[in-house]
Amino acid sequence: MSTMAFDKELDLRNLPCPMPVVKISKGIKEVAVGGVVKAVTTDPGARTDFPAWAKTSGNQILDTQESGGEVSFFIKRMK
Amino acid sequence: MESEFAAQLEELKARVADLEQNAQENKLSMVVFSGDMDKALASLIIATGAAAMGMEVMMFFTFWATPLLRDPQKASPAKDMMGTMFGTMLPKGAAKAQLSKMNFGGMGAKMMQALMNSKNVASLPQMIELAGELGIKICICDMSMSLMGFKREEMIAYPDLMYCGVAKFLEQALGSKVQLFI
Repeated sequence: MSTMAFDKELDLRNLPCPMPVVKISKGIKEVAVGGVVKAVTTDPGARTDFPAWAKTSGNQILDTQESGGEVSFFIKRMK
Repeated sequence: MESEFAAQLEELKARVADLEQNAQENKLSMVVFSGDMDKALASLIIATGAAAMGMEVMMFFTFWATPLLRDPQKASPAKDMMGTMFGTMLPKGAAKAQLSKMNFGGMGAKMMQALMNSKNVASLPQMIELAGELGIKICICDMSMSLMGFKREEMIAYPDLMYCGVAKFLEQALGSKVQLFI
């Protein structure tokens, strides 16, 4: 697994729908534009929710990494 | 030739301006009609999800959903017989909402709450609070308030809580890309 640099980690483990998207929408503002947030989720819905959220909020998912039931999204704040 | 183009350009500009004015925006307008816990919860999950996606959300609480916004801590003001009857029979606040199916006289609702707690799913009152934090607008139907005899002073202190009629909702709905009835 490649290591990705990030500026802030958001622990969203054990948070079910809709909390992961709600938290990332707030959490992304905690890095500067161009910064990267690593969001760690366990909610199965997050798999489809995060790409959808990224698309409508105009942010970019740089990478998605899965390990043992946890899915980590590396998201770059674009605006 | 040039004057023809100029005239067409002016007409196009006017039409674009008209379209822009009437365009539907990234907004969600919802009617929350049902007072059932499961349905109200679904409406709040959608609303908070939409707010997280950057949409402007307005929820219009009407009919059976109206009592969900009662504050259990506030004393009920004096009412006439019908108002008192509604006040007693309808849930006093979101925590008392019942399931639309398998309620089993109230057991179902309690079991659902316990299940939600174990999976970290927010309860209905918690979701309403979250909605307030996310800037979701709530409008309570004036007609439902007067039919059921509820008074404004017994409702929860929700940020910028409004009371309105159907036209207000429809105005919002017209300008929204997504409209839902729950």
